[in-house]
Amino acid sequence: MLQKIYDWIDDRIDITPIWRDIADHEVPEHVNPAHHFSAFVYCFGGLTFFVVVIQILSGMFLTMYYVPDIENAWKSVYYLQTEVAHGQIVRGMHHWGASVVIVMLLLHTLRVFFQGAYKKPRELNWMVGVLIFFVMLGLGFTGYLLPWDNKAYFATQVGLEIAEQVPFIGQELKTLLAGDATIVGAQTLTRFFAIHVFFLPGALFALLAIHFVLIRRQGISGPL
Amino acid sequence: MSDEKQQVSRRQFLNYTLTGVGGFMAAGLLISPIRMAIDPVLKESSAGDMANVGLSVDDITEEPQRIDWTIDQVDGWYESEVNRAAWVYRNENDEIVAFSPVCKHLGCVVSWEGSDQHPNEYFCPCHDGRYYKDGTNVPGTPPLAPLDEYVQEVRDGMLFLGEPKPRGEA
Repeated sequence: MLQKIYDWIDDRIDITPIWRDIADHEVPEHVNPAHHFSAFVYCFGGLTFFVVVIQILSGMFLTMYYVPDIENAWKSVYYLQTEVAHGQIVRGMHHWGASVVIVMLLLHTLRVFFQGAYKKPRELNWMVGVLIFFVMLGLGFTGYLLPWDNKAYFATQVGLEIAEQVPFIGQELKTLLAGDATIVGAQTLTRFFAIHVFFLPGALFALLAIHFVLIRRQGISGPL
Repeated sequence: MSDEKQQVSRRQFLNYTLTGVGGFMAAGLLISPIRMAIDPVLKESSAGDMANVGLSVDDITEEPQRIDWTIDQVDGWYESEVNRAAWVYRNENDEIVAFSPVCKHLGCVVSWEGSDQHPNEYFCPCHDGRYYKDGTNVPGTPPLAPLDEYVQEVRDGMLFLGEPKPRGEA
């Protein structure tokens, strides 16, 4: 049945070469853990992406209950945690996944760094990776405020004051982030929500696409 | 070729295994989010509490009268008072009847004798839907069912109303 549907589509638009291009490629021996167990270090990039997928999925579902408004944000999160079946688990996935992403990303970066895999001709991909790292930190920073509890509020207060330390444009940068020069409040929350669920994920997808296209074009760097 | 059995090739075996493991992981990942998303469908509704509408049964006449009251509504994390209304009268068998004013056509609000041209009927201004005094829809007008009736109860001479139910279920 599935085969028939696939054939029907393939007959018309010839999709086989497309997914062959994506999925069918050599895995060199030195990155295959079946040959050298130590090659598991090559998994960290893929694992980072896997956790990112979890973050996207759980985040999409969380927005079914979350309200980015200072009156209701905490209440909606509390409702989700205490009244909705499996709500605690889904928020748990997003909460812990956020930390796991950073850990995996760091391990991936360390692997690339210590193997010297960033060297010519792969410098561009390293730069894109660094941008991804910044976007991830941004996602962590903006997501932290959303539950609108004490910890979130004061962490953001501190984060905004760090932004204020930027020379020359600090004050403007803080206002831009918080939506107000002095208040961390209603406008800050909606801004952080918008940045967290639209702007940064958009940037992340674009950067990830470039990251993956480059690794496919350039191949995995040779063995040490 | 004598021991020819249904051999599973290495490629097939790998395909099955990978699909199985992948499917298992995807299912494990999605089960909680999906359960959370469909929670409203599976939640038991807390409706059913009867509210005192502030009307003494002695004041109920054969002429339908509109009564308004409020109920406390819990909507997820948001609690509020919402307005309810009913048309209440005493029918020829001396039974109290309380109709929901929500038209069975498209949900506008009906009024008793809401149109001068149609005395002794409920009238819906949106599409000229009409109902007789006993709530039955007038044939040939838009509504296809009689007005819903409130679940009712009399306690200490006061009228208590619950949820509106289609006729025959109240």
